[in-house]
Amino acid sequence: MSGGAARAAVLARVRSALADVPAGEPGAAVPAVPAAAAPDDLAGLFADRVADYRATVTRCAADDAAIAAAIGEAFARHGAGSSVVAPGVPEAWRAAAPGPEVDEPALALERLDAVDGVLSGCALGIAETGTIILDGARRSGRRAITLVPDLHVCVVLAADVVAGVAEATARLGAAIVAGRPVTLVSGPSATSDIELDRVEGVHGPRRLEVVLAG
Amino acid sequence: MNGPRRFPEAAREALGDSQLRANLRRATHTIRDRRAAVVAEIGEWEALREAGRAIKEATMRHLDVHLEALERSVTDRGGVVHWARDAAEANATVARLVHEAGAREVVKVKSLATDEIGLNDALAAEGITAHETDLAELIVQLAHDTPSHILVPAIHRNRAEIAALFRRTLPGAQGVSDEPAALAEAARRFLRERFLGARVGVSGANFAVAQTGTVCVVESEGNGRMCTTLPEVLITVMGIEKVIPSLADLGVMLQLLPRSSTGERMNPYTSLWTGVAPDDGPQAFHLVLLDNGRTDVLADATGRQALHCIRCSACLNVCPVYERTGGHAYGDTYPGPIGAILAPQLHGMRGPTTSLPWASTLCGACADVCPVGIDIPGVLIHLRGRVVAQAARGDVPAGERLGMEAMARVFSSRRRYEAAQRLARAGARPLARGGRIEHRLPGPLAGWTMSRDLPAPPAQTFREWWRAR
Ligand code: SF4
Repeated sequence: MSGGAARAAVLARVRSALADVPAGEPGAAVPAVPAAAAPDDLAGLFADRVADYRATVTRCAADDAAIAAAIGEAFARHGAGSSVVAPGVPEAWRAAAPGPEVDEPALALERLDAVDGVLSGCALGIAETGTIILDGARRSGRRAITLVPDLHVCVVLAADVVAGVAEATARLGAAIVAGRPVTLVSGPSATSDIELDRVEGVHGPRRLEVVLAG
Repeated sequence: MNGPRRFPEAAREALGDSQLRANLRRATHTIRDRRAAVVAEIGEWEALREAGRAIKEATMRHLDVHLEALERSVTDRGGVVHWARDAAEANATVARLVHEAGAREVVKVKSLATDEIGLNDALAAEGITAHETDLAELIVQLAHDTPSHILVPAIHRNRAEIAALFRRTLPGAQGVSDEPAALAEAARRFLRERFLGARVGVSGANFAVAQTGTVCVVESEGNGRMCTTLPEVLITVMGIEKVIPSLADLGVMLQLLPRSSTGERMNPYTSLWTGVAPDDGPQAFHLVLLDNGRTDVLADATGRQALHCIRCSACLNVCPVYERTGGHAYGDTYPGPIGAILAPQLHGMRGPTTSLPWASTLCGACADVCPVGIDIPGVLIHLRGRVVAQAARGDVPAGERLGMEAMARVFSSRRRYEAAQRLARAGARPLARGGRIEHRLPGPLAGWTMSRDLPAPPAQTFREWWRAR
């Protein structure tokens, strides 16, 4: 335990700064935010919102053959010849990725930097914001595999799409309590730092392909 | 850093830079239009803002409890928590941790807290090189410049300036064109080697959830993911006011922040990590909890709300003063309306930033956009009162006192303020040249225009125009 004196001093300062707060005051209840009416077509809204970020969205039926075909097309669009695959991706999907190497045992960083793309699933999608949530479980994979390669192909099951951010954070509780890292992805990497001109792709994957099944 | 100048002197220089003003005007108007469009999509926006405000207020009133809870949760998850009373203590802690990791370089995510404490210079003095990895921060670092906006720190520079800078200073970028895509590509190539080889990453935090020990970093480029995922050791420096109680609170904040900040429904990447995850990311995590003046802010029951700020920068983008002067004139890590209420308080109401509460027209636009409902004009007036009271006690050079008292009287009431605007218009138009007043104003305001130009008052104030609609 480092800095015991600093800890005691900061906490003492906080307490003396809050001398005006009555002792025993309960933590005020946070007003509930009325949930927006959920749209009828969650998957359709999700697809539109993802496309708004200049990601590519392919919709297909929720069966393995259709998903595999969409995965193959997504990699082919970018001429990808090699890929890393999250360990929990079903075998039927994996076979559609080019030269798939499963990240189990974990691949070296240099290998992740050398492959053309990555195939993963995800935990959830958020319709209102077009967000994909990777939760560190086997289908999402560990964080580095969906970060270092330049192309990310992500399969989202329509059944996993929720309406808004609040529902998503509520559903993430289990992963977080289990200590798993969570990443929210909304479109490809982007910057607007130079004259506010949006440029897709700086450090994260520059291209995001979403396969929306169902 | 900027010299320790008071706002009026620094602003005078900035006002003379027409390139800067053109860049700023375009940037602030673009972002605020985007923000307005995505905010309008959310029917329950006002309820969300009120929830955001209430969460922050309740958290601040019990900050000690939440900090101890956060410490416990992070520690339970394999992280190590450090406390720092001030910048020197925080910098020394980070430097020691980097040395212990056996590293001479760190990769850094853009972080206002580490700018505030001057971490990069402190590490350099210890023989450690800090690589800024956010594109704008890299530009600022290569140019030996300081950020001018909290969201887009290099917004005062245009593409031609950045291209010239990269050709001169960025390894491997000698022939780069001035297309933003080419400049981003040059930065990507340079930084990728740094990411892949980094042993230590340093970040700030947008939020930290007390209940679970989860730290949150919100970003766009992926450099934040790189810095928090690839190194062996991760060090996060976080102001103590960034703690929020629960995941439900995080859900509220993640709705408020991106729309208010970049004007996106959601920013490209949000990273959440909880201590150390076996086999995924850094296997050592250190969280440095920074005071550095924050408990002084907390002690002022009115000024305390400055700690609610989630650094979205919406208030900068709507501020007529910021739009004209840019961030450097404020002379602090925190510019714009939030800077005007936060910086002087963080500095203990001492030194040049005590002029910042006057760097405002009290138009109220900042309060209208603030996603956590900070009453910025109210705090500005309150702080003006504190500065004047200090001056009356003789804590401030006498020359400043009279002007401040006059300004405080005028600015502390809307009626007097509007009357003064009308008076200024009547009296000042004849003195204006090219939209500026360069002559001394007559009477008690002479001291004001001696050292600074005033924009000529418009023919009609916003408030008059609004009422007449
Ligand atoms: S004061 Fe409010 S509007 Fe300004 S940066 Fe902070 S949160 Fe955003």
